[in-house]
Amino acid sequence: MNAPSRELGAVPGGSAVIIGHTWRFGRDVDTDLIVAARYLNMKTPEELAAHLMEDADPEFPQKVRPGDILVADENFGCGSSREHAPMAIKGAGIPVVIAKSFARIFYRNAFNTGLPILVAPDAVDGISEGDEVQVDLSTGLIHNLTTGAEYEAEPLPAFMQELVAAGGLLPYLRQHS
Amino acid sequence: MPMTITEKILARAANKESVSPGELIMAGVDFCLGNDITAPVAIDEFEKAGFTSVFDPERIALIPDHFTPNKDIKTAELVKQMREFAARHDITHFYDVGRVGIEHALLPEMGLVGPGDVVVGADSHTCTYGALGAFATGVGSTDLAGAMATGQVWFRVPESLKFIFDGELGPWVTGKDLILYTIGNIGVDGALYMAMEFAGPAISSLSMDSRFSIANMAIEAGGKNGIIAPDAVTRSYVEGRFRREPIYYESDSGADYVRTYQWRASDIPLMVAKPHLPSNTVPAADLSNVRIDQVVIGSCTNGRIEDLRMAADVLRGQKVHKDVRCIVIPATQAIWKQAMDEGLFNVFLEAEAVVSAPTCGPCLGGHMGILADGERAVSTTNRNFVGRMGHPGSEVYLAGPYVAAASAIAGHVATPDQVGVRRAA
Ligand code: SF4
Repeated sequence: MNAPSRELGAVPGGSAVIIGHTWRFGRDVDTDLIVAARYLNMKTPEELAAHLMEDADPEFPQKVRPGDILVADENFGCGSSREHAPMAIKGAGIPVVIAKSFARIFYRNAFNTGLPILVAPDAVDGISEGDEVQVDLSTGLIHNLTTGAEYEAEPLPAFMQELVAAGGLLPYLRQHS
Repeated sequence: MPMTITEKILARAANKESVSPGELIMAGVDFCLGNDITAPVAIDEFEKAGFTSVFDPERIALIPDHFTPNKDIKTAELVKQMREFAARHDITHFYDVGRVGIEHALLPEMGLVGPGDVVVGADSHTCTYGALGAFATGVGSTDLAGAMATGQVWFRVPESLKFIFDGELGPWVTGKDLILYTIGNIGVDGALYMAMEFAGPAISSLSMDSRFSIANMAIEAGGKNGIIAPDAVTRSYVEGRFRREPIYYESDSGADYVRTYQWRASDIPLMVAKPHLPSNTVPAADLSNVRIDQVVIGSCTNGRIEDLRMAADVLRGQKVHKDVRCIVIPATQAIWKQAMDEGLFNVFLEAEAVVSAPTCGPCLGGHMGILADGERAVSTTNRNFVGRMGHPGSEVYLAGPYVAAASAIAGHVATPDQVGVRRAA
């Protein structure tokens, strides 16, 4: 499964082309903000999604629609290792997160669990809240349909492509151990 | 090729002569752990993926410490799932109420992790064990499921940053102040994906407890791991305690660092991180206008015996301010007993502080000291994000035990000098 390095490969759980409206966040969005610790006695995507980003905006869980896209500046997902964060995002029906950079545990959790994430600093600068954006997960092309501008996400390392092709970490380990 | 201590440990674990930054490797895990928040998700994933056995029941710890003693029915169910999984797979290191402590204090204390190890934990503060000269890093629940099943985990070999602290520490200054100072300098993503190696005479002079506080907060700068090369202090801590053979590594001279920071330890004062980021640091002495409602002395950062002694040194013969609740949480049962035997509880109780059972509790806004809207705490924990200790309108100021105890007396952020406590000779 040696896809050329410019390709992102199909991301598990995501269809290749996504169109959605965006929610725009700043830098250092931490996992306590994504889903506060007082809800960590729960562990299903549906329960957790009901509290997504609640401490940033108490109305957010009601406002966000399945298919909406999260866009953020640097260091998205910093803080704790809770997989409840990507789980809550997936539970809300968000198909992809685009950021300037991701905190490292969030980055691995996203790949391990099949939440598509894209590192694309230029795109983040060119997207305002509410813009309609088209994302092609297989090429990493991001098209801001509201402004007409096009951007390219950073390509995935070959190993991450293998993880993605296997369908996430655990299927990958089952094949290789 | 010269390597850093982090690269040497990862090369060994990946069965390679050498590794270099950026390389993606599969590494063998010497020990792995999960807690009552992350392990249940890992167990779900383990079972969903169809794994039926664990790689080594002696090398997995399941530690229900976050909401212990169980705060509600849902947390009781989570711990029950861990207990049953541990029984089913003969996992030795499952510890329940009466034996459990905060994971990152408990595992080193019990000698379950040690120098040269590769440790992954489904908890971001797993980086604490780097103080022993181990490579230890936080991962997610799916990673833990994979590690429990196969003993393997993938890593991108991190670049290294070096932090050298020269000279001697100023009065009252501890490891917590050094790490707050560091994070304030480089920011919450200043070490993103990188290894943070701490060295220099001021680090060598520190106790193991203070070193744990430093490595503990590497994640607060975005670091993959924090690490301190083992020395005589490490060896005397490990001897007779660590249950496997330690491997003592150190960085080669000529090893490659992305950047080296060098600071004079004596220039670093008692530090506080203001809300809502651990990088928002200022000298503690500058915040005496900040009134507070609560003080928490505990956590995997500063809930060890030395921290409790420091707090007691300040609180001895004093009273907690009438408007402040002061909560002391020894991190493990052994620390609890030691503090009791040393008479520290008398000091705390006479000062009108309360002593809790070992738990993460308020550190993550779980229970045992939650803040209301508009309330402020000084806490010896490691995170001050919005809503971390309760209501999203509450605030957490991070500090070491001396400042926390002095603030409890003053009713505002304070240093021991500001409340007239003199340093024991
Ligand atoms: S004490 Fe706080 S930071 Fe440490 S493991 Fe517990 S919740 Fe996490």
